Parts: sequence; C-alpha cells; structure tokens
Amino acid sequence: MTVDTKDVPTGLRWRRAPRRAPLGPLDYTRRWWMRLLVAVTFLLLYAPILTLVAFSFNDSRRNIVWRGFTLKYYEKAWNNDSLIDAFTNSLSIAVINTAVATVLGVLAAIFLWRFRFPGKAAYEGFMVLPIVIPEICMGVAMMAFFARVGWPTDLPWPFNLTSITIAHIAFSFPFVAVIVRARLVGFNRELEDAAKDLGASDWRALKDIVLPYLKPGIVAGALIAFTLSLDDFVITFFTAGPDTITLPVKIFSMVRFSVTPEVNAASTVLIVITVIATALAMRFQAPVRKLDSNEG
Amino acid sequence: MAEPPAIISVQGVSKRFGGITAVDRVSLDIRQNEFFALLGPSGCGKTTLLRMLAGFETPDEGGVLIDGQDMTDVPPNRRPVNMVFQSYAVFPHMSVFDNVAYGLRVANTPSGEIGERVHEALAMVRLSEQAERKPDQLSGGQRQRVALARALVKRPKVLLLDEPLSALDAKLREAMQLELVRLQHTVGITFIIVTHDQHEALSMANRIAVMEAGQVRQVDGPAQLYEFPGSRFVADFIGKMNLFPARVVDRKGTELMVEVEGLGRLTLPGQAPHLGGPCGVEVPVGQDVGIAVRPEKVHIHSDGVPDGRIALRGRVSEVAYFGDASHVYLRLDSGQVISANIRNETRTSDPSVRAGEVLWCSWDPKDTLILDR
Amino acid sequence: MDSWRKNPLVFWVLNLSPSAWLIAFFIVPLALVWVLSFGEKRGLLDVAITGTLDNYARALQPLYLEIFWKSIWMAAAATLVCLIAGYPVAFAIAFAPNRWKPYLLLALMVPFWINILIRTYALIAVFRTRGYVNFTLEWIWDQAHSLLAFLGLGGYELIGARFVPLELLYNNFAVSLGIVYAFFPFMVLPLYANIEKLDRSYMEASLDLGAGHWRTFFSVVFPLTWHGALSGVIIVFIPALGAFFIPDLLGGTDSQLIGNVIERQFKAANDWPFGAALSFLLMYATFGALALRAIVAGRKQGLEV
Repeated sequence: MTVDTKDVPTGLRWRRAPRRAPLGPLDYTRRWWMRLLVAVTFLLLYAPILTLVAFSFNDSRRNIVWRGFTLKYYEKAWNNDSLIDAFTNSLSIAVINTAVATVLGVLAAIFLWRFRFPGKAAYEGFMVLPIVIPEICMGVAMMAFFARVGWPTDLPWPFNLTSITIAHIAFSFPFVAVIVRARLVGFNRELEDAAKDLGASDWRALKDIVLPYLKPGIVAGALIAFTLSLDDFVITFFTAGPDTITLPVKIFSMVRFSVTPEVNAASTVLIVITVIATALAMRFQAPVRKLDSNEG
Repeated sequence: MAEPPAIISVQGVSKRFGGITAVDRVSLDIRQNEFFALLGPSGCGKTTLLRMLAGFETPDEGGVLIDGQDMTDVPPNRRPVNMVFQSYAVFPHMSVFDNVAYGLRVANTPSGEIGERVHEALAMVRLSEQAERKPDQLSGGQRQRVALARALVKRPKVLLLDEPLSALDAKLREAMQLELVRLQHTVGITFIIVTHDQHEALSMANRIAVMEAGQVRQVDGPAQLYEFPGSRFVADFIGKMNLFPARVVDRKGTELMVEVEGLGRLTLPGQAPHLGGPCGVEVPVGQDVGIAVRPEKVHIHSDGVPDGRIALRGRVSEVAYFGDASHVYLRLDSGQVISANIRNETRTSDPSVRAGEVLWCSWDPKDTLILDR
Repeated sequence: MDSWRKNPLVFWVLNLSPSAWLIAFFIVPLALVWVLSFGEKRGLLDVAITGTLDNYARALQPLYLEIFWKSIWMAAAATLVCLIAGYPVAFAIAFAPNRWKPYLLLALMVPFWINILIRTYALIAVFRTRGYVNFTLEWIWDQAHSLLAFLGLGGYELIGARFVPLELLYNNFAVSLGIVYAFFPFMVLPLYANIEKLDRSYMEASLDLGAGHWRTFFSVVFPLTWHGALSGVIIVFIPALGAFFIPDLLGGTDSQLIGNVIERQFKAANDWPFGAALSFLLMYATFGALALRAIVAGRKQGLEV
C-alpha cells in the first residue's frame, strides 16, 4: 500500500483548511478584476436612473446638489393639467390595449399551437414581424395608414384615442402570443384527450383544461402588453395627434426644451409602474419552468 | 524490491464543495510508467481527484507533486500533464489536424515540427486518413482517438483519462480498452484513468485505487484487489461475493474457529486472508466479522463432496443462464442464500441443477475471506 | 398538432380575429408605405403613385449617403462598445454560482424595463456641462490646482487658469453613448445564453493543452459563441439605426441617425414617399440581417449534429 500521510517533502507548501475555497482556473466571477468590471458596468447602468429618481425629491430647481427632501415636484406634476391628461390617456390606452391584445394573443397562440395549415411558416413569420422590425418603420406605417383611410381625429374623449390603441394592440398582441405559446409547449395534449374521452366537447375541453393551464402565461402576457403600451414612445409619437398625448410623448416634448424636476417626477412615476408590472409578469412566468419539469 | 520512483504524489489532499467533502485527506503515490485506475461508485470523488491533478480544482488542504514539483500554484496550462475529457471536448470548429496541433501552436512550436508531430500522433491513433475532417464527421470512437492524440502529442509526463470509455457502446469499449493498453506501452508514460467500471479497471490497470466517500479504501494490483479485498466495501464493489455474518470464537495455533450465523462452526486455516492481511493472528477472539467467498469458488455437487472442503446443503431456488456460465442460487437449510457460478463446459449441462433440487455446495477453506462486518 | 381540416370551425373561430387585426392594422399599413415609396409628392398631402424609383435613387445621393454613413458609423461604434463590454458581463453571469445568477440577470434586466426615453433623458443630467461628470472633473481640477499652488507652481497655469467643462453632450459621442446605454442588455442576453450553453470542458481542454486565458478566449470561446455575438450585434445595431429620439435629445445639429431622416420626412419635411422609401430600406436591412442570422444558425446546427 502506498497510502501514507507522514513524509511530506519540504518543498511542498502545505495547505491547511482555508476559510474560503481556493480559486479554480474557471472561477472567473471570483477574480477581482472581473468583479470590478461588472461592478463598474452595473454602476454605469444604474447611476443615471438612480440620480434621476433621487433628484425628483431634491429641493433644488437646478437639481445638482442635494438640498433636502421634497415632494413639491410631484405636487407640481399633479397640478400640471396637460401632464395629468397625458397620464390619463396613457392609462386608458394601456387598459383597453391589455384587454384586446390578451384575447387576440391567446387566440393566436392556441390556433398556432393546435393546427397545421398551408402557409403556416409564412403566417408565423408575419406574426413576429411587429416584434422584429424597427419601431420607426411600424410607426410611420400606422401614421400613413390612419391618414390615408381618413380616420376621424376630432372625436370626443376617449374615442379620439382609438387610432393609438389600435396601433398598440397591433404590436403588443404578438408578444402575448409568444409568451402564451411558450407556456403551451409544456402542455400535455393527453390531458385534453382525456377530457374528450370523458365526454367533453372541443370547446368544453379548451375551457376546462387548456385555459386553466394557460392562466399564468395569460396573466404574464397581459402584464407585458400593459407595460409595452404604457412605455411605448416611437409608435405613439407617429399616431398621436395634438390632443392625444401620452405620458412618454409628453415627457419627450418636455425634455426637449429643458431638464426640470417635474420631468424627473413624472418619469419616476412611469418607472415605478412599469417596473412593478414587469416584475409581476416575471413572477407569473416563473412557475412555468417548475411545472414543465415536473410534467417531464 | 525497489519501487520505481513516484511520478505523482498526492499528499493529504481534501476538497469540499459547499458542505460536501468530495475528497477527504487522500494520499497516494503513482509510479512512473504505470497504468493506474481510480475506481469507485459515482460521487466517490475520483473525478475531483483527477481534476486536481490536472489543475482544474484547487485542493482545500494538502498538495500534489508531479515529478517532484509542487503544483500548488501551477495553473493547468503549465502542468506537465494532459487530459482526455469525458465528453472528449474535441473543438467542434477545428479540423482533426487543428485540434491535435492546437497544443503545439499554443506553445509556439515551429510549424515544420508541428506537422511532423501531429502526423505521428494521428498515425499512432490510426486517424491519419481523417486529418482534414471536422469533428462532426467523426464517430464517437474516432473523436475519442482525436482527444487522445491531442493530449499525447504534447508529450505529457502523465496522461489523465476521465471516464474515457463511458460514452462508447459495449463492443467499441472492449476494443478501446486494448487500444489504450497498447498506446500506454507505445508511449511509455503514466496513464491515470478514472472509471466506475470494475471490469475496465481490472483489465487495463497495473494498479487500482478503490475510492469511496472521498477516501481511498485500497490500492493494489487487480488480482490482489479481487482475491484479497481489504474491506467489505472493496469485496462487494469488485465482483460478486457471498457474505455471512460471523464471530471469531477460538484460535488453535494458526487455525481460526468462527461461528457463522445459521451455518454453525467453521475452522479456517491460518493462511486464509483476514481483513486485508495474510495472517489472521491479529483478529481477537470474540470479534464480529464477515466471512466471504466468491461465487466462482463455490462448487456444486449432486453427491459426494471431496474431503477438506467446507460443504453446505441447500435447495436450488433459481438458475440464471448466461450462456458461458450459469449462476445457481441455493437456499441453505438456514434460509440464507448462497450463489455459485458454474461454467457450462458442455452443451448439455447437469440436469440435476434445476430449481427445486436439493444439492450440495462446497468451497476450499483457503478461498474463504474474513472481512469487517 | 392537427390539420386545420380536422376541425375547421374551431380553426376559423380562433384564427379570424387575430388574423384580421394583423392584416388590417399591420400588413395593410406596411403595404401602404411600400406603395407610397413608389409615389411622387404632388401637394401638401397629395401623393400620386407613379411607380417611380426616384425616392430610392434620392437615398443614394451624396447628401444622404453621408448621413447614412455617419449614422452607421455611430451605431457601429456603439455596438462594438456593447460587444466589448458585454462579453465580460456575460462571462461573469455565466460563471457565477447558480444562486447568484437570477439576481445578476435581474439586475441587468431592470434598467431595460424602464422607458428607453427616460433612460436617455437620465443621461443628460449626467453629461451636460453642469452635470455630474463635469462636477467630478472640476473637483479633480480644483484638487490639482491647489496641489500645484502648494508646490509653488500656481503661477504657471499648467492646467489652465480656470476649469473648462467638457462638452460631453450634443455631439456624436453622446449619441453613441446613448445607444450603448439604451441597448446594452440586448447584447448581454444572447451572449450570456451562448456562454452558458458552452461546454466548460472545451475551455478546460484548451487550458490543459497549455493555452492561457486570452488564447482560450480567442481560439475557443469566441469561435464557439460568435453566433450569440452576431445575434447581439443585430438586435443592437438595427434598432439603434431607427432610434431617432436619441440624437434628438443627445445629439448635435450634425448627428443624425437614419431614424431622424425618416422622422423628418413624415413630420417636418412632409415628404412621405421619400420617408417611405427610407423606411423600407431600413426594413430590408433588417430582413437581410435576420436572414444572415438564420443562415448562421442553420450552419451552426449542422455543425452540432
């Protein structure tokens, strides 16, 4: 036997249980220069946003040095009628968009998952087009379209928002379809067959089996549709009229002229809403993976 | 007998991952020109130990010497060892030639020499024809030979092989075992192979370290390991074993009396191996032990057991037919089951060896092992 | 999957409304722009579709070619910065312990959820003449100034008599920086996905054969993950060309992206046919890039058989 622990050559630097595991050759994340690089990147990523948020609370017009906490810019923003109008418009559009885009997206996801038909590949290609083409191309297309068909622009609120809402639905329902379809991939068709075997009709099986399974995907899709609409600037910029300003468009026009704490306040409100909605969407999407792995 | 010098010396090495100790104070010397196997069940730490030799894991405690040099602060790319990975890790974007040449190019070898050495290495693994192919045009066995050539062309002092045959089918695996032994003779360097397959280890290696739970249980030659396992774990892990709990009751000179549960009292000769040593004198009277015998050492008789053998009577409970041999399971009068392997030397095997028949089995007391319980 | 014939009623009920919406409010508008791009501007809002190629020819005039060239150059520089900064970040996330990964990815994603316009606006406060970067520089200048005075060199004005703030905004540099800031996560995500999938034993084999970390990166990691880099480059570069609001907010008079030219044709200049032609040129570029990526992905799959 050659197992022995006694004679250690003097040349060997004997290690004794260190507090931290020693660095392996591929432990890149634990190298200090890598950590520094990542820390600096994240700092650069966050610093501008955090300062923007911080200075919406800064009691100084020139918003450069910290002069104490204040909510007066939120108050000012609240009392700025055009800002509030824009915000109301944004929310109204987002709500209607969410309702319609979710329904359309779910229908599209189910039929693309369910059926084989001639020209399906091309159909799917067109379906993702609103996601992949540059926003400005879609924006000008919507602008030209509404001008050409002579869409009425002088309707009373909220009907004057229809053109923007239609455009939002057109680009956000494919996102919903993609998210819902991702969830459908994990669906076991035998569950639906079992329901039919037990006497359920096609519709009944869809309603009782498929839709409940899809629920988290639908909620996630709806939240994404909501944030996409609330956040959209480019397409809205081309479809909005002088009386139908949304919050991002309003912020754009304000920012173009000056940097004011009111803009910071309005931006902070928008940041908070979208971050919360997206975080919720991520939460609803997260269990998909867990369930899928269980179903194998 | 003077032992050849150690090319690799593992000294008190431990490695923990989170709360799990993968390698636990292992010390081990591996000699020059040896075909050495690290054998053990999955999760026993054998791969971690190999990766520490290559430098991919850093020991928490202890250290490794390669050719007398402390490897503690030497990164993998400066160690005089090369590795054949379990997945082979043949670079998919390079041709066979470029894969094999990679290590030489990295070392700024003159291009004339690279060509020469790569062709030599490819000839050695019989891949000269495939030099310009891409890895996706090769079979699994060919890819493995690329990995071998790529490592050997660097002329390492030690070649490390991590489960090199596990991805191959049974036929190819057998051929590759012979090929690896041939290669090791040709290049004359130390090979260290990690495997969970006892047959692989027994058929290829000069010496085998059996590992369990991060520790080395026994280091020996294949025959020694099989015939004289030092512990119940090793006996059980390598080959099959009939095991009976027993207690040492008396010692007469060199003979040892043991009381075996259900079988009664047996007298074992002093030269029977005990607890890894050749002599049973150290086993104190009154100690609980296990007595063991390999199935192929157990013979079956329909009548008349020769003198001097340990004989037991039982009823055949099952016969499993394997073509060249059959495994016979005998339920003894005590209710315990003993298995015996009989070779099917003729086409018409013994008709009395059928389930339900009452037969005798016997073995030579010298083939009995005394192990820990 | 069933054939649609198996249950035409269900098929049509599910299919009808999304398809109708897609056709009426997406395909038709795009087709309209495509048709407009072959038209001639007659009056204020009057366009005659004459099948002319003049609009495309106009895009090739030196004036526009120069704008395109500059625009491509700015977007390309920004994409390159994203790529160079993206690899280490993707590496760090891919090699982080599993329990950190979701948090690191989240940390990367959160700024990306925030409105792109607001993020662009946030940069103004950082980079303007009275912004944080210049304040930091001024502070450093002050310290250096007092140090020089202390050393008795104050009279020589070695670093100028006064701190002159850097003009960091309203130039091409600011636009490129804005693009980097807006699209950086787009680059990291595909890179991360590819590095994460990369079998670690390739890297270990390279190290084992004597290569250092840089050599391993350029000989093994990059060749095996470059299609991820390509995806990242495409999804940063193409949207960047159209992001007209970044030059609007951060750029100077001569920093324009293709998006700005398109925007001007549809708004201020009111030359829709020309804007439509430019818009379709940008679309064709997008399709070309996507096709390129599909080809590469196809080749990649063939390689992995």
